Order: sequence, then structure tokens, then C-alpha cells
Amino acid sequence: MSDPGKNLNLLAEARPDFAAIARWVRRDAKVLDLGCGDGSLLRYLARERNVRGYGVEIDDAKVLACVRNGVNVIQGDLESGLSGFESRSFDYVILSLTLQAMKNTEGVVTEMLRVGREGIVSFPNFAYWKNRLNVLGGNMPVSEDLPYQWYDTPNVHLCTLKDFETFCRARDIDVIERRVMTGVNEVRFAPNLLGSTAFYLFKRAA
Amino acid sequence: MRDSHSVGIVTPQTVRIDQPLHLKSGALLDSYELVYETYGTLNAARSNAVLVCHALSGSHHVAGYHSTEDKNPGWWDNMVGPGKPIDTERFFVIGVNNLGGCHGSTGPSSINPATGKPYGAGFPVVTVEDWVEAQARLAEHLGIGQFAAIVGGSLGGMQALQWSIGRPAQVRHALVIAAAPKLTAQNIAFNDVARQAILTDPDFHGGDFYAHGVVPRRGLRLARMLGHITYLSDDSMAVKFGRGLRSGKYHFGFDVEFEIESYLRYQGDKFAGYFDANTYLLMTKALDYFDPAHECNGDFVAALKPAVASYLIVSFSSDWRFSPERSRAIVKALLDNERNVSYAEITSHHGHDSFLMEDAHYHEVIRAYMNNIEI
Repeated sequence: MSDPGKNLNLLAEARPDFAAIARWVRRDAKVLDLGCGDGSLLRYLARERNVRGYGVEIDDAKVLACVRNGVNVIQGDLESGLSGFESRSFDYVILSLTLQAMKNTEGVVTEMLRVGREGIVSFPNFAYWKNRLNVLGGNMPVSEDLPYQWYDTPNVHLCTLKDFETFCRARDIDVIERRVMTGVNEVRFAPNLLGSTAFYLFKRAA
Repeated sequence: MRDSHSVGIVTPQTVRIDQPLHLKSGALLDSYELVYETYGTLNAARSNAVLVCHALSGSHHVAGYHSTEDKNPGWWDNMVGPGKPIDTERFFVIGVNNLGGCHGSTGPSSINPATGKPYGAGFPVVTVEDWVEAQARLAEHLGIGQFAAIVGGSLGGMQALQWSIGRPAQVRHALVIAAAPKLTAQNIAFNDVARQAILTDPDFHGGDFYAHGVVPRRGLRLARMLGHITYLSDDSMAVKFGRGLRSGKYHFGFDVEFEIESYLRYQGDKFAGYFDANTYLLMTKALDYFDPAHECNGDFVAALKPAVASYLIVSFSSDWRFSPERSRAIVKALLDNERNVSYAEITSHHGHDSFLMEDAHYHEVIRAYMNNIEI
């Protein structure tokens, strides 16, 4: 590897969502990243926040990529829960751009808050104006955030900011903080309309 | 011409250790010999040593050939060699026959200096912990203070795990493949049936068959046949043999008819021709006794507390003898101790034997992990 630091800087520019998540993560925290892909987020967090991190990933090629990247990865299926992890054993459990692809959405959020003290999710906001426009035009939305056709999408549980917040309220989950982004820009005005990606930091209500 | 990824012709070496070894059973072994092979070169910093621990029927002969005529390479030749996942151009790799073995290290078939006769039944029961201690003496002899990695599959994986618990300062990485934190009752049961086959063979003579000029061949053969079934998967047997018949029709008798019968008998005969019955008993006992949690009131998490190594744990989907669930138990205990650990569950159809097979993804995972080890 020539200059890992430079690669990570490029990564931060290419993945503003990583930076958004890192802002919530305390230094030296213990982090579990569900559906960790090739381990890029964990590497980013290790560098930016000195976290002790573990990833969970089901896909062989991605597990191999994590091992190559020197990231702790546990191969397993999120859909069957996190029984391999002790309750309250992590400071943060992260589900980055994966919530919408979970079959057992409710189960995974429950498990996140069993294993972690706080949870972080990010997901594409289905109520983003471009998506609404697509539907008004008569088509399922296809965009940078939702790059799939209706017939090959892994996204089985798409939702909006409003939907997710209703979901949390009904399950005694406190949203600690919300951030909404479109590309690299934070969206403060009319986020459910103007924001393409939502980030939530949440915990179990006391 | 052999492939350029082979370590080539290798010559086993023997070290005699006169420092007495206090075994876990309480017995004392005054002196013993260990036969070993090395591949690659120990670097000046002595930081690139990798110990490969063998399983039940393995040996020090991990890779390469013993002569130009030798047709069978070492038991893990697909894993260890120049450019292979455990790369001998980067690492100094050591294979050692365990104490109690029958490939050259002191074992039941060796001559007991006190009596001038083979140890036979008099050879003490050895455990995984004892092996680690003996291997540590070999490391000392070779001038290796700390291993870059200790690697093993099955019973070999248990040794890697034990090293990381018992001698934590001497292991930077442990690769624990197709192993378990301890045997299940079912596993012990299989081992005992195998032992009973040997113990009840009239040619066993209470373990002192050497003096009678016989070998408990029938017992060994049965033990191996049983063991072999448990190392394969139902699927792999179905694919390889199915209900295939040797002559294409039923003979309504008890001679070999099905291909699987023929295969198992062949494997059993081959094994009985070279393996020592007492060693088989010892190896299965070492498996049964392995349980690091035993001394921590059954608390495996507590047992792993001394460990400081980083780990790669690997299991195989079709392995029912040491199932993925057993490997996940190791992972869980390591996570609870906040150790660095990665876990790969390899999709494979070869059952427990998968760890010995050449599978592209499995080998890439090992290669990737080994490449990241700093030396």
C-alpha cells in the first residue's frame, strides 16, 4: 500500500456518509458495523476515531476484502440476528445503507439496541423529491442512491424520514440526533423532501 | 518437472530434548526426540516463524517431497510453499511430529531407554497442552522467541488455540481452522468406538503388540473407516460414490459390493499399514481431553482471557464433526475478550476434510490474512 492516509482522504470525499457517521462516534469507542462490505467504513473510523471495530458480512468476496484490508470481520447473516454478540458489548452498532435491504427490519433494529448502547442507521430517503417525481412520472425511482431496477433491487423495505421516525416512536426508540444529506451537503430545510440520505443516531428509551 | 510452487526436496531433522517434560497427567518424560521439517528461511529478526500443527493422522511432513521418486507430497502441500497461501518465500515454516506420534518423534513405538523395548502401553497419555510445551522446546532449540503465526486445522487448530492461551507472549497470530473449543459428546463417542475397535483386537496385546510381532490391523482399519466417514459429508459421499456398485449388480453376500465399501476398506487397509495403533489411541484421547474451559469452571471466555494474539477462525459449511457452530463459539469468546478476530465460514462440500482441500476462496482468505502479518 503506497499511502493509506491519502486513500482514506479520497474515501472521505467519495463517501460523505462516512464522515456524517464518524461525527457521532466517540474516540476509542467499540463499534460493530453490520453489513460492513469491504470494511472501508471501519477503516475510516479506525483512523478518524481510533475505534476498535468489528464488521459483520455475509458475502464471501466482501469478507475476503475485509481480511485483505486488515479489518476484523465476522462472516454471518444479519437476518438471523446477532446471537454471536453479547448484550451491551458495543458502544455503537452501525447499519450503513443496509436497513432498506433487510427482510427482518424490526428484528435487526431490536438486535442493534440489544448489542449496542447506541445505534446508527443511514438509508436512502424514499420521499426525496427526485424519487417522488419518478413515481409521479409513473416509474419506480432509479438514481445514484437507488441504482436498481424494480425487478433486481435488493431494497425490499424502502422508507422515508417520516416513516422511520414513526417506527422508532412506536418501539420506544429515542432518536438522539438526525442528519439529512444530499450528496455532500447537509439539508436542514424540508429534509423529507429535499434530503436524499438520512442518518439517525438512536438509543433505547430509558 | 515439479511445480515451481513446491518447496521441493526436504529432509526431516531430529532434535533430542533432555530437559524432562512434566505431562498434564502427572507423568514425567525424562527425554524425548522430536522430528521436524522447516521450509523457507528464518529472517535476521527471527520474526517470520510460522508453526504448522498437525491433526490426528498428520506429521511433521507438511510440504514438499522426501526424494525425487517420492510421489506423495506433505499433507498440506497445497497450502505451504513458495507463492502459496502460507508463503515460504516470506515465512519460515516449521512442521513437527507431535509427541506420542509414529512418524519419528518419541512415541509408543519408540524404544524406551529404561527397558530397551518399545514403550507400548507404557507410553504416557499426552494432551494438547503437553504438545504445546514440547513444541515450545523445539522453538527454543531453533532460536524462535515468538511465532508470527501458529496455524492448524482440526486437532491442529486446537494446538494453535492452546498456544495463544498457554504461551500468549509467543504467538502474534493464531489461525484456528475447522476446530472447536472442546469435543461434543458425539465426538467423544466416535473416538471411543474407534478406540474400542483397537483395544478389543486380539492382536493388540494390551498395547504391547510389538513384542508379539503383530499389529492390531483389524482394529486400526475399523477405527480409520469410522473416522473417515465422519470426515466426509453425506453430500460428498453421494457425489463421489452414490450407490455405485463395483460389478454393476447385487451379489446377495457380504463381500465388497458398493463403491463406498471398497473405498473405506482401501483407506482402512492403507492406514493400518503405516499408522501405530497406540498413537491412534493417544491422539483421540488428546482430542477428548482438550477443553481449555475445564480449569475455569467451564467458562471458555475466562479461559481465553490470557490470550493477546490476533485470530483468524475458519469453518466449513459441510463439516459436521467440527461444525461452523463450534467455530462460532470460539469467535464469540474471543469477541467477549475484545481480541482481534476475523471469521470466515467457507462453503464447501467436503465435510471436515475440507480444511485439507484446495479451494480457491478458502486459500485466498488464508493468503490475505497471512499477507497482512507484519514480519
